Amino acid sequence: MEVNQNSQVSQDSSIRLPSDTKEVAKLIKKNYQSNSPIEIIGSGSKKNIGKPLQASTTISLSNLNGIIDYKPEELYIKVKAGTPLRIIEEELKKNKQFLAFDPIDFGHLFIGSSEQGTAGGAISTNLSGPRRFMSGSARDHILGFKGVNGKGEIIKSGGNVVKNVTGYDLSKLVTGAYGTLVVLTEITLKVLPLAESNETLVIHDLPLENGTEILSSAINYSNEISGAVFFPENAINIFKLNDLKQDGSITALRLEGSTKSRGRSVEKIVDNLSLTNKKISVLGQYQSDLFWDKVKNLEIFNNTKNSVLRIVIPPAECTNLIRRLKIHATKYYIDWAGSLIWVETDNLNKDILKEIRKKVYNASGYLTLIKSTSSLRSTEDVFTSEVIKFKIYEKIKKSFDPKRIINPGKMYIGI
Amino acid sequence: MTNLKMPKINKKMILNKKEIVQDFIKIVKKDNVLFDDAEVKPFETDALSAYKQKPMIVVLPETTGEVSKILSYCNKKRIKVVPRGAGTGLSGGALPLEDAVLVVLSKFNKILEIDFQNRCVVAQPGVTNLSITEAVQHKNFYYAPDPSSQIACSIGGNVAENSGGVHSLKYGTTTNNLLGLEVVLMDGTVCNLGGKTFDSEGYDIMGLFTGSEGLLGVVTKAIVKILKKPETVKATLIGFPTIEDGGNCVSEIIAKGIIPAGMEMMDKALIHATENFAKAGYPKNAESMLIVEVDGDPNEVEESIDRIKNIAKHNNCTSIKISKNEKERLKFWAGRKAAFPACGAMAPDYYCMDGTIPRGKLSEVLKEIQRLSKVYDLKVANAFHAGDGNLHPLIMFDSNDPKSLEKTEKFGADILKYCVKVGGVLTGEHGVGIEKRELMCEMFNNNDIQQQLKIKLALDPSSLLNPGKVYPILRKCAEEGRIHAHGSKSKFSSIPRF
Repeated sequence: MEVNQNSQVSQDSSIRLPSDTKEVAKLIKKNYQSNSPIEIIGSGSKKNIGKPLQASTTISLSNLNGIIDYKPEELYIKVKAGTPLRIIEEELKKNKQFLAFDPIDFGHLFIGSSEQGTAGGAISTNLSGPRRFMSGSARDHILGFKGVNGKGEIIKSGGNVVKNVTGYDLSKLVTGAYGTLVVLTEITLKVLPLAESNETLVIHDLPLENGTEILSSAINYSNEISGAVFFPENAINIFKLNDLKQDGSITALRLEGSTKSRGRSVEKIVDNLSLTNKKISVLGQYQSDLFWDKVKNLEIFNNTKNSVLRIVIPPAECTNLIRRLKIHATKYYIDWAGSLIWVETDNLNKDILKEIRKKVYNASGYLTLIKSTSSLRSTEDVFTSEVIKFKIYEKIKKSFDPKRIINPGKMYIGI
Repeated sequence: MTNLKMPKINKKMILNKKEIVQDFIKIVKKDNVLFDDAEVKPFETDALSAYKQKPMIVVLPETTGEVSKILSYCNKKRIKVVPRGAGTGLSGGALPLEDAVLVVLSKFNKILEIDFQNRCVVAQPGVTNLSITEAVQHKNFYYAPDPSSQIACSIGGNVAENSGGVHSLKYGTTTNNLLGLEVVLMDGTVCNLGGKTFDSEGYDIMGLFTGSEGLLGVVTKAIVKILKKPETVKATLIGFPTIEDGGNCVSEIIAKGIIPAGMEMMDKALIHATENFAKAGYPKNAESMLIVEVDGDPNEVEESIDRIKNIAKHNNCTSIKISKNEKERLKFWAGRKAAFPACGAMAPDYYCMDGTIPRGKLSEVLKEIQRLSKVYDLKVANAFHAGDGNLHPLIMFDSNDPKSLEKTEKFGADILKYCVKVGGVLTGEHGVGIEKRELMCEMFNNNDIQQQLKIKLALDPSSLLNPGKVYPILRKCAEEGRIHAHGSKSKFSSIPRF
C-alpha cells in the first residue's frame, strides 16, 4: 500500500493518522480517485454503533487533537475533531462551563470502563444524555464545522455565533450522520455555565404509571428541571449511594440553580406535585452528580453481553409502550421525562427486533439498535428506515460523497 | 427593479400563462388562482419593499395534496415557483419573479392540534407565531421564539428563515424549538420529518430545511415544542457612560455564568430617538444602555438581578432601574420595540442591517460604524441583541438624493463585511434573500458555496424553487445588503421590528 508522505501511518498499515485538514483532504482525494472506501474513526469508542464496515483504509482522527480557540465569555469552544471530550470538559470546568448536550460515555456499555470518545464522535452520533429534554441535543449545540467531503474538498459551514442564518445549516446535517457525509476536522460548540449547585429529589417505590406521571407533571411545572428519570425495581444496586438505599423503583428529578435557593426549590416541587405522603430522599450535590453520571453513561448496562436498544417516543406513549415491551426487556429505564427508553434484551434476534420496532413505530417513535452482535447489525436495520426519507438521504449522500467512499453503509445499506 | 440581477426570464412561459391557469383550476378552487394584474399586485413585494415584481400567477392552495400537485405540475413544466408565507420577511426571500408562480400559504391558517401531554402544537404554516402562544397560554404554556414581528409573521416563514427574537440566547431559535415538519419537495414528494419525538434518526433533513429560505421545499405543517411560562420575569434598565462599559458589562454577565432570558443594548443615538418617540424613561445622558431580562424561579431571579446590579456597578454604570411589576417591565421594552418607527421619525428613510458578531467585539464594531458614519456623512443608530450578538445598525438617509442611497448601500455593505472580519456572520435572523446574496462570498469560499448548491440540485435538479435567492448569481460580490424602508410607505410599518 502506498504511504502518504505527510500523514503518519500507524503500525497497522491500513490506519492513517492525518494531523490536519489538508492531510485528510489529500487522503480522501486519493481514495476518491481509486474508488476505495474508507472507515472514519475518532478514538473508536463508538465504533460498534451502526453497521459494521468493510473498508481497506481507516482514517483515525486521533492526531487532530487540541483546542483551537476557547472564549468562555462568548460561550463557544472550537476544537479539532479528534480532541478527547475528557480534555474539553476539563478545560471548560476551569471556567465553570460545560457541554450542555450531555455527551454519553459509551465506554461502560461497550468495554466496562470509561471511554468518552472525541468531539467528532459525539457530533457524528448525536446521542445526548439526560439533559436533552431541557437543553437540546448535540445538533442544537454545534455552531459550525470544517471538514472534508467525499471528493476530498475542504468545506465549512456556520460560525462561532448562536444566531446565524447565512446559507444552509450544514452543521445540523453532519450531526448524527455517522461520518457518512463529511470527515469532520474542526468543530465549534456552544458551551453553557454550570449551575452553582444541584440536588436530586428521589421518590421511591412508585408503580410505573405513577412514576411517569410525576416526571411529566414535574417538567410541566417547571422549566428548571434538568433531569427526569424512572428506574424500575431491579436497578437500585447500580447506584450504591448512601442516601439511596430504599428498595423499589426510583423516580428522580434533578434541580439546579444557586446554592441559596436549592432547598426551597425541592420543597416547592414536593408541595406542588403533592409528594408529601410519598417515600422521598434528597441527594446532595456530591451524590447527585454521581447519580446522574451513572444515568447518563448507561452504567446499568455495564459491559453487558446482551443487546441494548434506544427507543425515542412521544412521552404520552411511554407507559403503554413499556407494558407492550416488558416481555423482551431484561432491564430498562426511562429518561428525558418519558421521551426516551433504554432497553436491554437478552434474546434479540431478527424477528424480535422487527416485532419491537413495529410496536415502537405504532407508538409514533423510533428505535436505534445501539449494541448488538455484528451479524444482527449487518443484516438488520440499525436505524429506522422509511422509503421517502431514504430516497432523500441517497440524494444528500451523493451531493457530499458521490462515490460513496466515506463510511459507506455505516447507517443504511446503500448510503 | 434596479441594480439587482435576477434569473433570466422565460418569455415563452409567460405566453403559456392562460394554459397554466386552466391547469391550476383543475387542482385548486377557481377563486384560489389569481392572475389579473390587479389581483396579483398585492403580492409584488414582501417587507423588503424597495424591490417589487408582480408574479405571473398567484395560487393559494388549501391542502398538502394541492401543494404537492402544484409543485409536481410546475416541476414537469419547468415553471419557477416562489413560496410565500405572511410576506413579512426583510430580505426579499418571497420576492416574486415575472415568470414564476407564487405559492401563497395563507389559507393554511389552522392550528391542527394542541397536545399538552406531549408538550407540542401541530400547526399549519400560515398560522402566526403569536397565535401559537395565544392558543396555549390558558394553561400557562408558550412558544419560545418571538421574532418582533410575531403578531403578523407565520410559523412557516419562521421555519424558512429560522427566526429568532430577543430570547434566543436562553431559548434558542426556531430550529431548536421544532419537533417535526411536513414538507413538499419540488417534485411533489410529501415528506414527514421528525414528529412528536426529540431528534430523529438519519440525516437531519429538518435541520437542513430550517433556515433554507424556501429553496428546498414548501413547509405544509410544523410541530413545535411548547414550554411552561416562567414563574417570574424581571427586567433591569442600565445606563453606561461609554459604549465600552456597556459592552464589558455584557461580557461579564455571561462570563459570570448568568444566562439572561434577553439582553438588549442601544447606543446614544437610538436611546434619544426612542425616548423622544416612546417616553420609556431611558437614561438620556448615557452613551449606551442595556435591558437585561431574567426569568425563572422567583428566588433565583432575585439573586441574578442582585448579581447583575453588582456587575453593572463594577462596569461604571450611571443608572440602574429594576422593573417593579409587569407594567413597568413592558414599559422598559416599549422604547426598544419602537426603534424602527423612532428612526422613521428622524429621517425620511433608513436601512437596517442584520449582522451577528462575537459579543466581545461590540465596542470595536460600533467604533468602526461611527467612523464609517463620518466617512459617509450619514447618521446611524444601533440596536443590538447583546445576548446573542445580533447587531441591527439603522442607517438614516434621504432617498430623494440618489447619491445618498448609493452611499448608504456602500456603508451597509462595509458594516456587514466588518462583521465577518471580526468573526461574525452576514445575517443573524433576517435571512440572505436577495439583499445579501452577493455578499455570500465574504463568508464562504467557492467549495463551501458549491457544496450548498449541490444539496440544492440534489433536491431540486432544475433549480425551480425560489431561484435567484440566497446564492450569488453575479460573478463578483456586489455591494448590497440592507433593508430599505421609505417613510410611511414601508410595508407592515405598524408591526414591531427587532
